[in-house]
Amino acid sequence: MNQVPLSHILFVSTALFFIGMYGLFTRRNMITMLMSVELILNSVNINFVAFNRYLYADKLEGVFFTLFIVAIAAAEAAVAIAIIINLYRNLHSIDVEAADEMKF
Amino acid sequence: MWADTILSLRQELLVAVIIFLLLFIKVGAAAYRTEVILHLVNLLLLVNFALGFWEYRDSILFNGMFHTNKLLVLEKNILNLGTLIISLQAYSWLKDHRQATEFYILLLSTLMGFFFMISSGNLLMFYLGLELSTIPLTALSSFDLEKRQSSEAAMKFILSSAFSSGLLLFGISLLYGATGTLSFDIIAQRLDGSAFQLFAFILILSGFAFKISAVPFHLWTADVYEGSPITVTAYLSVISKGAVFFIFIQTLYTVFKPMAGNWYRILVLLSVLTMVTGNLFALRQNKLKRLLAFSSIAQSGFILAGITGSSRAGDASVIYFILVYIFSNLGAFGVVSFISTQTGRESIDDYKGLYATNPLLSWIMALSLFSLAGIPPTAGFFGKFFLLMAGAGKGNYVFIGIAALNMVISLYYYLRVIKAIFMDSQPQPIGKLKIPLLPNIAFLVCLGGIVVMGLMGWVYDYIYSLSIGF
Repeated sequence: MNQVPLSHILFVSTALFFIGMYGLFTRRNMITMLMSVELILNSVNINFVAFNRYLYADKLEGVFFTLFIVAIAAAEAAVAIAIIINLYRNLHSIDVEAADEMKF
Repeated sequence: MWADTILSLRQELLVAVIIFLLLFIKVGAAAYRTEVILHLVNLLLLVNFALGFWEYRDSILFNGMFHTNKLLVLEKNILNLGTLIISLQAYSWLKDHRQATEFYILLLSTLMGFFFMISSGNLLMFYLGLELSTIPLTALSSFDLEKRQSSEAAMKFILSSAFSSGLLLFGISLLYGATGTLSFDIIAQRLDGSAFQLFAFILILSGFAFKISAVPFHLWTADVYEGSPITVTAYLSVISKGAVFFIFIQTLYTVFKPMAGNWYRILVLLSVLTMVTGNLFALRQNKLKRLLAFSSIAQSGFILAGITGSSRAGDASVIYFILVYIFSNLGAFGVVSFISTQTGRESIDDYKGLYATNPLLSWIMALSLFSLAGIPPTAGFFGKFFLLMAGAGKGNYVFIGIAALNMVISLYYYLRVIKAIFMDSQPQPIGKLKIPLLPNIAFLVCLGGIVVMGLMGWVYDYIYSLSIGF
C-alpha cells in the first residue's frame, strides 16, 4: 500500500496553521476569530498525530498530547464564548470594532 | 511512598484543598458570611506560606513529570506570598462582593496552575499548568460583569492568549517531531541547533513573550490591565508575570542551553525593544493603571536583560528582582486599588494633594514608585543593580548602557506621580480614608519588603546558593 509521505501531512497542517492565523488577523467577528484559533489548535493536533505515527510509533506521547489539547481547547472555547456572551450583553454587538473603549 | 508524594506536593495540595473547601462551601446549604470565608482563605494561604519554609528533600515524581527542589519551593513560596498580599489588599473590595467565593476559586486555580507549571519536567505538564492558569485568569479579568471595559479586556485577553498558546503548541509539536520526546532532560540532549529546531524554538519563545508581554507581543497588556478589576491587574502584573519568568529562565538555561548563542541575540533585541517601548508609552499616560501597565512592560525588559547574562548570577538576580518587584508593585497597586474602591478615582490628576489628606498612603505610593524606579536606599535599586550586573557578565556594555539610560527615562513618569501627590493641589482632593486592618497589614509587609530587603544581603546570597547554574 502506498503511504502518504509525512511531508504532505506537514504541508496540510502548516497551511491550516497559517489559515487560522490569517483568519484571526482579518476577521472582525469574535466567534469567527475563535474559530480561527481552533484551526490553529487543530493544525497542532495533526502535527502531533503525524509525527507520532510516522517517526516515533513505539510510544504514544504525541497522541496523548493531542487528547489533552482537544480537552483544553473545549474548555478555552467555553470560557471564551461565556466572555463573548457577556460582552454582547454590554455592547449589543460581537464585532471587535465595537469594543474600542480603551485605546493607546 | 504515599507520604513521600504528599509531602513533596504539599504546596499544590494545600491550594487544591482550599479550592475544594470553597467549592463545598459554595454548593453547601449553610450560608457563611463573606468575612468568614475571606479570613479562612487568608489564614490557609498563610499556612501554605509557612509550609514553604519547611524543608523536604528534592524529588522527581510521576515519571519525571513533576520536579521539586529547594529552588522551586522558594519560587512557589514567593508566588504564594504575593497572592496572600493581594488577597489581603482585596479585602475591602471583596467584603461586599456577592461572588467572593468564586473569585477565590478562580484565583487559586491559577495559582495551582503556576505551581505545576514551574515544577514541570515535561512539555505536557508545562502546557497543562499554563492553561490551568490562563483560562481562569481570563475569566477573572471579566469579573466586573456589568462593566463594559472589564468584558472588553477579557475578550482581548482570551483571544490573544489563545493565539499565543496556539503558537506555543505549534512550536512544541515541531520540537516533538525533531526530538521524539516531551521530557525536558532528553530534549536538551537531542538539540543540535538545526534550522527546523530553531523554528520550533522561535515559536515557543513567542508564546512565552506573549505571556511576559515583551514588546512585539505586548499589545494586549495595557488594555487588559486597564479594563480588569484592579486586584486582577495586580495579580496579572506580578504573579502571572513572575511565574512565567521562572519557567522561562529554567527552560532557557536547561532545555535550550545548546541554543544559547541563538537566543542570546534574540533576547537582547527583545529586551531593548521592550524597555524603550514600555518607557516611551508610559510617558504619555494619564491613568495610573495604564501607567503601571506600561511600567510593568518596561520592567519585563529589565528582567530579560538579567536573563541574557546566562550565568548563575542571571538566575539568582531574576528571582531576587521578582521578589522585590512583588513588594514594590503590590505596594503601588495596593494604594491605587484602595483609593479606587473607596472613591472610584484613578487618574494622576485625582491624586493631586493626596499628601495633605492621606500621608500614609502617599508615603507607601512614593516608596513603591522609588523602588520601581530603582532609587538607591530601596530594594528596587539592588534588584536592578543585580540584573544589570548579571547582564554585563557577557561583556555587551552598549546594551547595558541602553538599559541604564532607560532607568533615567522611567524616573520621569514615576516622579510625575510623586510630584502630583506631594507638590500639587486641587479644589477637591481625595478625602481622608481609613485603612482597615487587613489591607494595613499588607501595606506594612510591602513597605517592610521595600525598605528592609535591600539591606539584608543574605537574601540574595541564599537565592544565589540555590540557583541553577548555566
